[in-house]
Amino acid sequence: MARREIELRVNGRSLRGSAEPRTTLADFLRDELGLTGTHLGCEHGVCGACTILLDGRSVRSCLLFALQAQGSELRTVEGLADPDGPLHPIQEAFSEHHGLQCGFCTPGFLMSVCELLADDPDPGEQEIRAYLSGNLCRCTGYQNIVAAVQAAAGKLREAGAGGPGGSRVAPRGTGGPGG
Amino acid sequence: MAERWVGRRLRRKEDRRLLTGAGTYVADLRLPGLLHAAVVRSEVAHGLVTHLDVAAAREADGVVAVLTAADLEGRVGRFPEGARTEISPALVEKVPLEVPSCPMPVLATDRVHWVGQPLAVVVAADRYRAEDGLELVEVDYEPLPAVLDPETALDPAAPVLHPELGGNLAARFAFSTGDVDAALAAAPFRLRQRFAMGRQAANAMETRGVVASWDPGREELTVWGTNARPHLLRAYLAAMLALPAERVRFIAPDMGGSFGTGVYSEDVLVPFLAMHLRRPVRWLEDRRENLTTTRHARDQVHDLEAGYDADGRILALRDRFLVDSGAYNPYAITVSYNAAAHLRGQYRIDAYAFEGRNVLTNKAPVAPVRGAGRPEAVFAMDGMVDLIAAERGLDAVEVRRRNLIPPEAMPYPMGMPYRDGVDVVYDQADFPGQLASALELFGYDTQRARQAAWRAEGRRMGIGVSSYVEGSGYGPHEGAVVRVDPTGHVLVVTGAKPHGQGLETTLAQVCADQLGVHPDQVTVRAGDTALIAYGIGTFASRSAVTAGTAVGLAAQAVRDKILNLAAGLLEVDPADLELADGRVSARGAPGTGVTLAEVAAACAPGPRSRLPEGAEPGLEAQRYFVPPTVTFASGTHVVAVEVDEDTGFVRLLRYVTVDDCGQMLNPTVVEGQVHGGVAHGIGNGLLEEVVYDDGGQLLTGSYMDYLVPTTAEVPPIQVGHQTFLSDRNPFGIKGVGEGGAVSPPAAIASAVADALAPLQVDLSELPLHPERLFRRIQEAKARQRGSGGLKPGPPVERGST
Repeated sequence: MARREIELRVNGRSLRGSAEPRTTLADFLRDELGLTGTHLGCEHGVCGACTILLDGRSVRSCLLFALQAQGSELRTVEGLADPDGPLHPIQEAFSEHHGLQCGFCTPGFLMSVCELLADDPDPGEQEIRAYLSGNLCRCTGYQNIVAAVQAAAGKLREAGAGGPGGSRVAPRGTGGPGG
Repeated sequence: MAERWVGRRLRRKEDRRLLTGAGTYVADLRLPGLLHAAVVRSEVAHGLVTHLDVAAAREADGVVAVLTAADLEGRVGRFPEGARTEISPALVEKVPLEVPSCPMPVLATDRVHWVGQPLAVVVAADRYRAEDGLELVEVDYEPLPAVLDPETALDPAAPVLHPELGGNLAARFAFSTGDVDAALAAAPFRLRQRFAMGRQAANAMETRGVVASWDPGREELTVWGTNARPHLLRAYLAAMLALPAERVRFIAPDMGGSFGTGVYSEDVLVPFLAMHLRRPVRWLEDRRENLTTTRHARDQVHDLEAGYDADGRILALRDRFLVDSGAYNPYAITVSYNAAAHLRGQYRIDAYAFEGRNVLTNKAPVAPVRGAGRPEAVFAMDGMVDLIAAERGLDAVEVRRRNLIPPEAMPYPMGMPYRDGVDVVYDQADFPGQLASALELFGYDTQRARQAAWRAEGRRMGIGVSSYVEGSGYGPHEGAVVRVDPTGHVLVVTGAKPHGQGLETTLAQVCADQLGVHPDQVTVRAGDTALIAYGIGTFASRSAVTAGTAVGLAAQAVRDKILNLAAGLLEVDPADLELADGRVSARGAPGTGVTLAEVAAACAPGPRSRLPEGAEPGLEAQRYFVPPTVTFASGTHVVAVEVDEDTGFVRLLRYVTVDDCGQMLNPTVVEGQVHGGVAHGIGNGLLEEVVYDDGGQLLTGSYMDYLVPTTAEVPPIQVGHQTFLSDRNPFGIKGVGEGGAVSPPAAIASAVADALAPLQVDLSELPLHPERLFRRIQEAKARQRGSGGLKPGPPVERGST
C-alpha cells in the first residue's frame, strides 16, 4: 500500500512522516514519530488509554487514521512537561495523590483531564467522574484519580492562569488549547 | 538519628517516568530489523483440524514466515506440567491428590480445544501485514461436540477433550478435619446450598507482549515480556528450547498491571521465531485476544452443607466444589486448593471437609487471578452465613460476629495444611475487633437508620458485610542483592517484579532504613534474570513480604559491613556509630565520620582496600529469604447498596474496608492496592463475565461486552487499618495486593440480599449484573404470586434433626 506524506504539529513542533492510509493515528504516533507515551489498551475505542488532544479536543487515537490528522495540532502526554523541567500541575497532582499505579492508562487520563480542566476549571466530583468514565483503570479504583483532578484544578486556579483552561493547561509553545 | 522511611507515605519513585510517557513497556521497545508476529487461532471450541493450508499466507506481501505445529516438531517442547511445577511436595504428603498428566502444546496439532487456541503464527514486516497474512491461512475443522459445563463434563457420556485421559477430570483432592459426619448429624439445623461464580478475566490494561532477540554468534537469547515471573519464564524457555539457562535472559520491563500469572504459547513461540529467523520478533496481544485467551479465572461451583445451632453458630461444614479449568490445567490445584484453604476465612468451624475437583471444558484455560480462589470461596461462605441468619431469623452481621475466631484463640490452628504443605495457623489478629472497627467506620447505626427510612419510602437499600483471610507471601523464597556503589548510591536487585504496585518505592524505603540514606539514593532493579541467580516473582500477594524481607536482610548485612569497616577507619567501637544521611558518624556527632562512598572505596578490591585480611571485597550482600509459610492478612468489608427492583441495577452507596497487613511499608501504596482490589471485586460482583454460547463461541470479546468498572460504578472507598505484626518474617509484613479483591462480591451479594430480603431472591450466582438480578427478582416475585405468600425460594434445601 502506498505511503502518504503527513505534516502536522505535535506538542508545538512541526513534524512530518509517512503512513499507509490504513495506519491508525496511534500507530503513527508510536511507530513513525516515536512518541510511545500514548498507549494502546483495546484498539476499539473503549479503554481511553490512547486519548490525545487533536486541535484541543480529546480523541481516541486508535479510532482515527493518521491521514485524518493531516495539518492538525496534536498534543500528547510527552507535551505536558519539559523533559528536564518540573511536572505539569496535573501530573504533579497525580503523583501527590497516588493517582497512578502501573501507569499504562495514565497518559490517556492525563489528556482527558487536560480537556476537562480547560473546559471547566472547577469541576465537582460527579462531573469529574462522569467526564472520566471513558477511561478505564484497573489499578487505582479511581478515587485517587478523582482526588488528583480536584487538586490539579486547584493548583491551576491558584497559579492564576486566568481564563478558561488557563495557559498552563495549554500545550507548550502554543497559545492555548488547540492554539 | 536516621530518619525512618518504612511506614511513611512517600511519593513514588516510578511516578515521573510513568507520568511523562517515558516508561518503557514491551510495546515501546524498538530493535533494528524487528519483525511482527500474529497468531492464527482456533475458530471452533472443539474439533479435529482436517486441513491447515498456509501456502497463500506465505506468499503474501511482507510476510516472512508462517509456522505451524509441524514446524515446531522436535524443536520446541510442550509446556512443563503444572502438576510437577506448581504443587508443593509437602502438600502431597498430607492431602491425597489426583492430577492426571495433560501437558499443553505450544501450537495445536490435530485437535483444538477452545476458541482462541493458537494454531499457527504469521511473521511479517509489520503488524498490519502479519494480520493480512492471518486472513489467508485456511483451516478446515471436523467439529466435535463441545462441553462447556463442568458438571456435564464429568458425565461419562460427555465428550472427552483429551482422549488419553479417558475423561475430563483434571484434578481431585479431598481432606477433612474434625468429625464432619458426626457433627453434621448432631447439628440441630442443617442447610445445603449451591454457590456459583462466573468466569472472569484479569484485564490488565496493558495486553501481553513478547519481544525476542537471538544473538547467533554467542548463541544467546534475550526475551522481553509482560510477565512477573521472569525466572520461571527463563526456566521454561531453557527447557523447551534446549538452551543453557544462563544463555537465556528474560527481562520484564515496565508492566501495565498483571492481576494474575500465566505462561502462554507466545512466550515460547516468539523466542523460537527469533532463533529460527535470526531476527528480532515481536508479538503484541490485542484486546480481543486478551479477552479470548488470557488469564480467565473464577468459574467455580461450590455445594455447601452446614450444620448449625439455634444461635446461628456453625458446627460443621462440608464443601464439594468444581473449578472449570477450561481446556488444560496448567496451574494444577493452585486456585482450587486456595478456595478450600480460605473457605472458612475468619470463622471458627472445627469440623470441615472438602472435596475439590478441576474439570476440563472447551473454554480457555484458567489462571490464578487477583484473589485466586478466595473470592469464590468467601462468596460461598458468607452467602451461607446469610442463609443461616435468614433461616434463624437473626441479624446477618450478628451471626457473622458469633462465628468469628476470638483474638484470645490466636494463633489459631485450622486443622489443615496450606498449599505449601505447612499447617494453617493464623497469625496474630483480632477479627471481632476488625468487624467492630469496620462497622464504626461505616457508621453502621446511621446507615441502618437510613435504610429504615428508605424502606418506608419503598426504596430497597441493603447493607452487606464480608470478611476474609489471605495466606500471603507464598514462598518458597525470594532474594535480594544490596550494593553500595563507588558514589555512595545504593542498588537493590530482587527477583520479584513490580507491575504497578510501587515496589521500586517500597523496597527502597526498606533499604533506606537500614543504610541511613534517603530512598532517592536507592535504585531498585527487578524483572531481569541476569541480575540475580534465583527469583520467584510477583503474585500471591508475596512481594512486600518475601522481597521486602530479603531486601531488609541484605541491607542489614551491608549495614553490618559498613559499621565494622568504618569502626576500623575511625578507630571507634561499631556500637558507637550510626548511619544517617549517607554517612557513618559517631553517635551524637552527625556530619562527622565517613561517607558511604568512602566506605565503598575502602571495600574495593586492590591495593587501596582497607578490608581486613580475608574479607570479601565489595560493599554488597545477597540474601534469600525462605519464609516458614505464608502470613495471614485479613480484612472486613462493609457496603451499602440500593437496588432498583425494576431494572436489576445495583448502585453502591458506601464502601468501607478495614485490613490487617501487618507492617505497612507505605500506607498510601497499601491503600492504593486496596482501592484497586475493591474496584476489581466490584467488577467481579456486579459486571464482569466471560460468556460462551452453547457451541463454545466467545460472546464477550470486546469491552462493549465485557464490562470493566469505570468511575461511574466504583464509589469512594474508605480504608482503615489494624496492625498485627506477622511473626513469620523479621519486619512483621503481611501481603495486601489481592485482599481488596476478595470480599467485594460476597459483601455486595450480602447487601443485595439484605435490600431484597422480603423477596427471598436467589443470589447464589455471581456476577449480579442487571440482567441476571432482574431475572432473579422476577422469579422471586413469580414464586410469591404462585404461593400466595413469602416462602423461601427453591434453591435452598433445608433439613433439621
